[in-house]
Amino acid sequence: MADPDGAPALPDAARGETAPRREAPPLDPGRHAEITPRPGLALLVGTRKGAWILRPDAARQAWSTEGPVFLGNVAHHFCLDPRDGQTLLIAARAGHLGPTVFRSTDGGKNWQEAKRPPAFPKPSPAGRQRAVEQVFWLTPGHADQAGVWYAGTAPEGLFRSEDGGLTWDGVDGWNDHPSWDLWAEPDDLEQSTPDGSPLHSVRIDPRDPSHMYLSTSSGGVFESLRAGEDWRPLNGGVEANFLPDPFPETGQDTHHLAMHPQVPDVLYQQNHCGIYRLERPGERWTRIGDNMPKDVGDIGFPISLHPRDPDTAWVFPMDGTDVWPRTSPGGRPAVYRTRDGGKSWEGQNAGLPAEQAWLTVKRQAMAVDERDPVGVYFGTTNGNVWASADDGVSWQCIAPHLPHVYSIEAVEFAS
Amino acid sequence: MKVSIPQPLRGYTGAEEVEAEGASVDELLRDLDRLYPGLRFRVVDERDRLRPHVRVFVNRERVRSLEQPLREGDQVQILQALSGG
Repeated sequence: MADPDGAPALPDAARGETAPRREAPPLDPGRHAEITPRPGLALLVGTRKGAWILRPDAARQAWSTEGPVFLGNVAHHFCLDPRDGQTLLIAARAGHLGPTVFRSTDGGKNWQEAKRPPAFPKPSPAGRQRAVEQVFWLTPGHADQAGVWYAGTAPEGLFRSEDGGLTWDGVDGWNDHPSWDLWAEPDDLEQSTPDGSPLHSVRIDPRDPSHMYLSTSSGGVFESLRAGEDWRPLNGGVEANFLPDPFPETGQDTHHLAMHPQVPDVLYQQNHCGIYRLERPGERWTRIGDNMPKDVGDIGFPISLHPRDPDTAWVFPMDGTDVWPRTSPGGRPAVYRTRDGGKSWEGQNAGLPAEQAWLTVKRQAMAVDERDPVGVYFGTTNGNVWASADDGVSWQCIAPHLPHVYSIEAVEFAS
Repeated sequence: MKVSIPQPLRGYTGAEEVEAEGASVDELLRDLDRLYPGLRFRVVDERDRLRPHVRVFVNRERVRSLEQPLREGDQVQILQALSGG
């Protein structure tokens, strides 16, 4: 039951209702295609109008499309729990009816809405007047913490579930931090998310579940060593050229923060002001985007890391000049890859349109799989999903007509 | 009293009209949530504000405050005003 102010549910009673009581909203079959759970690789695609699952053949060349799931609902982020390979969560907005989380525990066959979606506590008259507008980001918790998930919202709230996404509570150490008003931009909601400033890129150190990072688009990167109880900025060396002090302690616009899964001291971020890399325990980021071709620049939204090599990453540059078109520079889309930690970059565009293709890829809409060679994927605001089965060398469009793509995750369903 | 439910919320109620009780609009919405868990949060956010595209009418008059009192026999309509593309 969605009851954020904690009003207890009454026991069943004969109320003379004209419709029977239900424990959870049923699905409208008109809005949902049958999903047949299957083991193996899949792409989970969240869009402005629902979610889809793409599955490949063994060579990752022929792809099938299943869906829609929750057609008409905003699906900001569609994730699989890697700890069981079966539980799926969707960070959603039910049309104009507000934010929620949808959940399946059987690989997508059956779905249920969270009983208590992320919501701030009811504010006191003098308190912060906050309401979750969008559930934007989902991160499964540490491998040793079954059932734990984190959600980032707009405005910039952090929420935690300990029951696989069924119920959510605020992480007070972030939401009530004395500096929250400096780190967040709660009045920025007229820019409809995913524009504006959501909380995103929640990263859990695989060596220590208490060690976390997160990002906001109006504060930058933050680190917690105490499971979210306290936070501090981690923005040394990162530019914020839209502020009077171009290198402030906070206020940076991180678009996407990535932590290498096998070498978690290696962090990358695609920022509003370029591409950066940081090796902990270092505190000062290096702008590796300075090594991108000058006519391409280093502006973009997503960044994805090689699953095994911490020096290899992919970005999708977009035009950040003039009034910021945020489309492929010159209308010639290319993914750029570094294999030396950002010292050099190479464009990868074989199979992509050669001209007049003004693509935009949002911050969650690029992913890699764990195969060898690595599969690289991205989705565009005009509803294409592109795939490479060879480390990004060559590309094909595997879903040409989906709605505006918000997110892509490459996952492995369990058998 | 009878409450008219908009199409996007019928996934919760299974019906376009349901019965619920309350001496105010707020109490009525809480009763609806007890009957159909999750429904209230789709109508009212955690600040107890009606969501921007949701309207509640009592006897065809628009509700401006959740504290508005209700009487036996009032006709309540919950409507959703869609916008955007």
